[in-house]
This record gives sequence, C-alpha cells and structure tokens, in this order.
Amino acid sequence: MTTITDPHQGQFRLSMLLYDSRYRSMTIQIVALIGFLMLLGWLLSNTAQNLADLGKEPSFRFMFEPAGYDINQRLLEYDSQDTHLRASLMGLLNTLLVAVLGCIAATIIGVVIGVLRLSPNWIISRLSAVYVEGFRNVPVLLWIVFIMAILIETLPQPRAFRSGDATMSFWESVAVTNRGVYIPEPLFSRSLGDVHVFGASSLRFDVSLDLLALLAVLIAGILTSVLIKRRADATQEATGVRPRTWHWRLGVVVVPFLVVMGILGFYLGYPELKGFNFRGGTHLRNSLIALWLALSLYTGAFIAEIVRAGILAVSKGQTEAAGALGLRPNRTMSLVILPQALRVIIPPLISNYLNLTKNSSLAIAVGYMDITGTLGGITMNQTGRELETVLLLMLVYLAISLTISAVMNWYNESVKLKER
Amino acid sequence: MSDMSYVRSEMLPERAPPASSVGIVGWARQNLFNGVGNSILTVLALILLWIVVSRLVPWFFSPTWNSASLNECREIVGTGHGHGGGGACWGVIRDRWQQLLFGFYPEAERWRTVLAFALLFVALIPVLFNMISRRMNWVLLLAVLGLAALYLGGALGIIVGLALIAAAGFVGFKALSTSKEDRAAEIEAGAKRLPNPLIFSAIFPFVAPWLLWGGSIWLPIGAALGFVVGYIAFRYLTPIVGSLAGLIIAVLATVIWWLVLTGGFASIMSSIIPIGLEPVESRNFGGFMLSITIGVVAIACSLPIGIVLALGRQSDLLIVKALCVGFIEFIRGVPLITLLFVASTLLNIFMPPGTNFDIILRVLIMVTLFAAAYMAEVIRGGLAALPTGQYEAADALGLDYWKAQRLIIMPQALKISIPGIVSTFIGVFKDTVLVSIIGLLDPLGLTNAIRADVAWNGLVWELYGFIAFMFFVFCFSMSRYSMYLERRLRTDHR
Repeated sequence: MTTITDPHQGQFRLSMLLYDSRYRSMTIQIVALIGFLMLLGWLLSNTAQNLADLGKEPSFRFMFEPAGYDINQRLLEYDSQDTHLRASLMGLLNTLLVAVLGCIAATIIGVVIGVLRLSPNWIISRLSAVYVEGFRNVPVLLWIVFIMAILIETLPQPRAFRSGDATMSFWESVAVTNRGVYIPEPLFSRSLGDVHVFGASSLRFDVSLDLLALLAVLIAGILTSVLIKRRADATQEATGVRPRTWHWRLGVVVVPFLVVMGILGFYLGYPELKGFNFRGGTHLRNSLIALWLALSLYTGAFIAEIVRAGILAVSKGQTEAAGALGLRPNRTMSLVILPQALRVIIPPLISNYLNLTKNSSLAIAVGYMDITGTLGGITMNQTGRELETVLLLMLVYLAISLTISAVMNWYNESVKLKER
Repeated sequence: MSDMSYVRSEMLPERAPPASSVGIVGWARQNLFNGVGNSILTVLALILLWIVVSRLVPWFFSPTWNSASLNECREIVGTGHGHGGGGACWGVIRDRWQQLLFGFYPEAERWRTVLAFALLFVALIPVLFNMISRRMNWVLLLAVLGLAALYLGGALGIIVGLALIAAAGFVGFKALSTSKEDRAAEIEAGAKRLPNPLIFSAIFPFVAPWLLWGGSIWLPIGAALGFVVGYIAFRYLTPIVGSLAGLIIAVLATVIWWLVLTGGFASIMSSIIPIGLEPVESRNFGGFMLSITIGVVAIACSLPIGIVLALGRQSDLLIVKALCVGFIEFIRGVPLITLLFVASTLLNIFMPPGTNFDIILRVLIMVTLFAAAYMAEVIRGGLAALPTGQYEAADALGLDYWKAQRLIIMPQALKISIPGIVSTFIGVFKDTVLVSIIGLLDPLGLTNAIRADVAWNGLVWELYGFIAFMFFVFCFSMSRYSMYLERRLRTDHR
C-alpha cells in the first residue's frame, strides 16, 4: 500500500503555506487569529479614543455611590441612600425570584398541557393544541405588556373594597386589586430574631433564625423519612413483605415541623384596608404578577411540546414489553416510560428554563425592577456609564447561563446511555 | 338426502353497524365519552368553551367600527358587564390602522413600502416554492410593477403601467394556454426559455433598501457592482494566480470597492444622472413595516452566518473553533435586550470617532448576530446528526472540504435541521418587538402612544389582541411552511 502524497523533499517555498495541506490549516488559523486580534484592537482603540473624547474614564467606582432611586418590589431591605451595587443586588434577586417562580409554574403548566395534548379525548387535545399554538406564536413581550394592561384596567381599585364593590377572596385573606395582590404574610410572635450578615456593607442581609430553625427541622425530618424507607427496603429484601411505613414517614416530617411552628408562635398577618390602600401582608405588585404569568404561560407552551415529544419518543414496544413482564400500568409509567422520556425531555427543558431567565429581562417593559431595570435601566441612565453597566449586565446573565448549562451538561453525562 | 345441508353455503349480507358506533354518535362515544374520566373532562372542556365563546362572540361583533373614541364606543354598546362595556371598540383599529402598519412613514411615500413587500413576495416565491412555473413568476413581477406604475399615475406612469400589465397578461395567457407537456416539448425543440426568476431574487436585496430609505439609486447600484468587481477579479485572476489566491484577491477587491470607491462612484454618477427617491429617515419607520424589515433582514443574513459559524465550530482548526465557540456561547448566554442596549448606546463608541450610523442599521447588526448564534447551534445539531458514513463517503469520492460540504453534507444537514431553522426564524421575528424597549416605534411601541391618546385611553383588549393576532398569522404561517418544506424534501421511502 502506497500513500498518494509522498513526503516533500525539496526546500520550503512560500506558496506551500497556501497549497500544501500540511501547512495550510496552520496558515488559516494564524490568519484568523491575527484578524481577530486586529479587529479587537481596532474596537478597543476606538472605544478608548471615544471615551477619552467624552471625558469618561472607564471605572466601576460609580457602583459605590448612592443610587438615589427607590425599588418598590424587593426581597431585602433597601433605601434610596444605598449604593448602586446594592440596587443591582436587589435587581439580581428580583430576577432570580421571577425566574424561579416562572420555572415552577411553567413546568406545571407544560406537563399538564403536554399530557392533555396526548389525550385520546378529541376536544381536550384540540384545546391544548390551541393553547400551545396561541402562546407560542405571539411575542412574549406582547404577553407581558398585555397582561399588565389587563391587570391595571380590569381589576378593582383598593377603594372599591371600602364601598363593597369588591370583596377579598379566600376567606377575607387575599385582596386582588389593580395595584397588585395582597396575600397574608407568615409572622412569629415568639421570634428568635435575625442574624445580620456583612454588617453595614452593600451586600448585607438578614437571616431569620425562625426560618433556619424550620428548615433544619424539615431537613432532619426528610432524612429520617429516607432512613425509614431504607429500613423498609431492607426488610422487604429479607422477608419479601413490605412493612406499612407511610404514616411514620409522613409523621416524622410533619409533626416536628408543626411543633416548632407552635413554639415560635406562628400566625398569619392579614392585609387590611387602611385609608385608600391595603396595609400588612405581602404585597405582590402587578409588574411581578404580569411578568410571572406571561413568562410561565409562554414558556409553558414550549414545555408542553417538549413533554409531548418526550413521551412520544418512547417506542410503544417498551410499554408492551413492560406489560409482557407483568408490570402494572403505574409501575410501567414510573419504571419504564418516565426514565426514558426524561432523558429526552430534560435537556430542552433546561434550555427553556434558560430562555425564561433571559426573557425575564423584559421586566423593564412593565417596570419590574430586575437586574436589567436597576443596573441596565436607572443606574445606566443616572450615571451615564453605558459601557460599564452593559458589561456588568452581560456578565451577570452569562454567569447565570453558564451555571445552568454546566448543570445541564453534568446531568446529560449522568443519564447518557452507557454505550459500548 | 344430498341437498340437505346444515352448513350455510353462502355469505350472509353485511348488516349495518350499530347506530351507537357510527356517525357523530359513534365518534363522540369513541373520542369524547369513553370512560368516566374522559366524560368528566369533556363536560368541563365544553363548559369552559361555552363560557369563553358566549362572551367572546357578542363582544367581537360589536358595531363600533366607525367610532372615533372610547367614549363613543361605550355610548354605542352601553356599559354592560366588565370593562369597556359589552362590546369591543374596533374604531381604534380603523383610526390607527395606517399608523400600525407604517408608523410615521410619510404618507405620500407609503406606496414604496407596499411595493417593497409585494416585490419581496415575488422574490421569495422561486426560493420558497417550486409549484409555480417560471413564466408565472415573471407575470407576477410584471403585474406588480405595472400596478405600481398605474398607482403613481401621470401620463408616463399610466402608459408604462398599462404596457407592463399588458405584457403580463400576454405572457400569462400563453402560460395558461399551453399545457406543461407542450411547453416541455417546445423547450426540447429549442424554444427560448424565460430567464430564471432567481435573478430578480438576487437583485431584490439592493432594490428593497433603496425603496424603503430612498436616496440616490446609484448607491445600491454601487453596492451591487461590488459583487461584479469581485466576480471579474475572480474570473480573470484565477488562471494566473491559482484558485485560492484568486478568491482572496476577489474578496479583497470587493471589500475595497465597497469601503473606498462606492461613495465616490455614487456621488459622481448622481451628479451626472440624478435619479432618486425622497429620502426617509429611520426614525420615521414604524409599525409592522419596521418589524417585517428587521425580521426579514435578520432572517436572511443569519442563515449564511450561522452556517459559517456551525462549520467553524465543527472544524478541526483549534483557533477557528475556539473563536466560534466563544462567539456562539457569549451571544446565547445574554438576553437580546442587552445586545439592543449595545446597539442603542455602545455601538457608536466602538466605531472610529465621529461615526454615527443609523439606529435601524445598528439594531439590524445586533439582531442578526443574535440570530446567527442560535442558527449556528441548530445547524450544528444537523451536522452532528449526519452519520459519519456520509463524511467518509465524501472523502472516498475524493471531494475536497468545500465540495463535500456543498454537495453531500450541507444538503442533508440543512434538511434535517429545517424545523429548528424555522423555529429560530419565528423566534427572531417575534423578538423584533423588543426594539420597542429602546424606543423604536414597532407595533408594541405604538400602543403606548395610542393608549396615551385621550380618545383611546383605557383601551386594552382590542389593540393588543389585534397585534397579537397579526403576529400569530405571520408566525403560524411560517411554521406551516416548514411542515410543507419537510414534506417536499422528504426523500426516504414513503
């Protein structure tokens, strides 16, 4: 067997950089790298020149100056004298809040609609198809603005509750108004107090000891419950009879939790009408609700299609084989169909979570103060630091995206079919 | 005894199936009421449907088409249940229809946008469908141009328009009167074919910006000449310096022509023969015209860039691959709105001092880059889904990299990725509404202005519903088209 390209014996010529396949790829790469570096250098020098002309030296000191604006929907304590950094932190937390809420709601909507769309019931599957096509084919920003407008224009004003034109729902505990929804807040009469972390810096936050105690009890309860399950599994392995444990497993989680709540003096603080507005309770602003609803309805439509595709991707032979092995239908679902469908569903599902998080940046259209509204909105306009704020904004979103895709890759590796 | 038989010797006639398993009743029993759970679901769905329809239909058919304000609507339909009375207020659509379509584009010049989009359809048909004959395509083009000339009026316009329409009628009549087989025989016998309509599709990208933005005709001609310059350089230099060097020189010549010479060429030519349209500034663009312009340009440009990026990401060249991966992951990791912030505030800072280029152009660049990164990932999926045997077969045939890509790999990879490509297109088109956040007046940006008007203050459903419906029509037809294309290109055994 002979090779076609015999090794070149003669001396090196310049044209060989282009025409000799041994050198060509190296040439292309070096040209590409030089081109890229030149482009980058050109952009950077332009930027430096322009910024110098404008008298703006790139610096991030503005982040430690007082922000001077208010953030109405926030998770931590904040006032307008706090720094831009703290304002951005509030924004980041708001982004994460709406992303988490949205992902949960979108998953529930998506799974329900996706399963319903596969239903043999003609009218149900048609209705689900209408939902999916209707929401997927209209821009999400339009949904956000649309739902916001509906909330503001159609819901009753707080003063309508005074005159009796509107009433609170859920046994006088929830008030749905055109300024937002007021829900009861959890309070503790014998509270353990808070722990202040990071003193008075921009990153300070308080940790409620009540919450920590409840969490600790809950986790301990779940661990005990898992232990009981292990014991039951071992007994089943040894004797073939599975002991009845569900009441124990439920009890170790719920009872200590309720006891601790009782010790701490848990009660609900209800919203009350004072003057022309509601006081007390937790106030969910319209902007949050509109954003949350729109994002979950929109992403839910995409997730529904993913769920449907995932279930359809498991071949019918698998169900039949499981039936032939004598598995009951619910065991077939949990042991055969779901593990295989999940392998198809999870990667696009996570990429939809990613999309939802990125789409939450549209909050700026309804005035919800997420990271785009604080850092990329008011902070940018007040300080005039476009370059720095946009750069920081992109870095934050990149960090969120890369974290989520790292989790996704790790999961993909762990569920990949082990092929030989 | 031989004629006695206890076995039936002929078939019984078929009996009709029971009434409960055929017709509507049978269908309903099988599909809607098979089992308790399904029956409950059906009843619930029917109740829901009834609630929605019984409110929507009277609301929808309300005689408010001619009302001039929300108050007038309320007078007409009365203040029934809920907000805005018992009926929709369609007067806003009639009142603001032109604005929703064209934004603040000068009224006298709006025919240009309509013509541009009519020509867009003519240019797209040979690209998208293969069911319409070559002659009918030219008929369409002639008819559209003729109608435009007639609309412009004046003696010249009417003469040219009538002539074009007559030509269209003539060719159309011939096309309709000869059957497909006769025509094939004619061509076989040496009859001249009409030129390929794709020629017009290639010219269209230079015509459309000129129609939309106006200005001298020599600028688009100059831009088009860049390709001619490149082609001539490639054609005549290749025999001298070899194909690769010829290609490099051709690309350089084109770029130099565009950057250095086009401006001079256009200004000299327009001082000799001043032909041009009234220039329209970008800030007057708006409405669906703006959305479609951004959408079409981003869609058209993102596909080739995406293919290049996908090939780069799949290539063995380490540095090229790293650059492509970095670009794709960066763009996909940030929301489009931050890229639009870059377009509106930063892109001018990145350019040499004193540059101040058009806001729509800046937005187009960023939206195209954004779409290209997503497109690259979709196409990479298609490339990865091809069996390795296809690559090896191309190598075995002795094809070089580009030939293998063009003839073997890309046709199959693109075909696999059609659903993904089209859903990226739909996503790009939907994302064009984000430009309202940086202050461009697309339909969503216009709603703020309309709802701030005293006459329409407080209007929600009609306006947003209408815009949502328009977007739905565009996006849904795109997704149906992708299904058609998949069927058309399916080459496996059916």
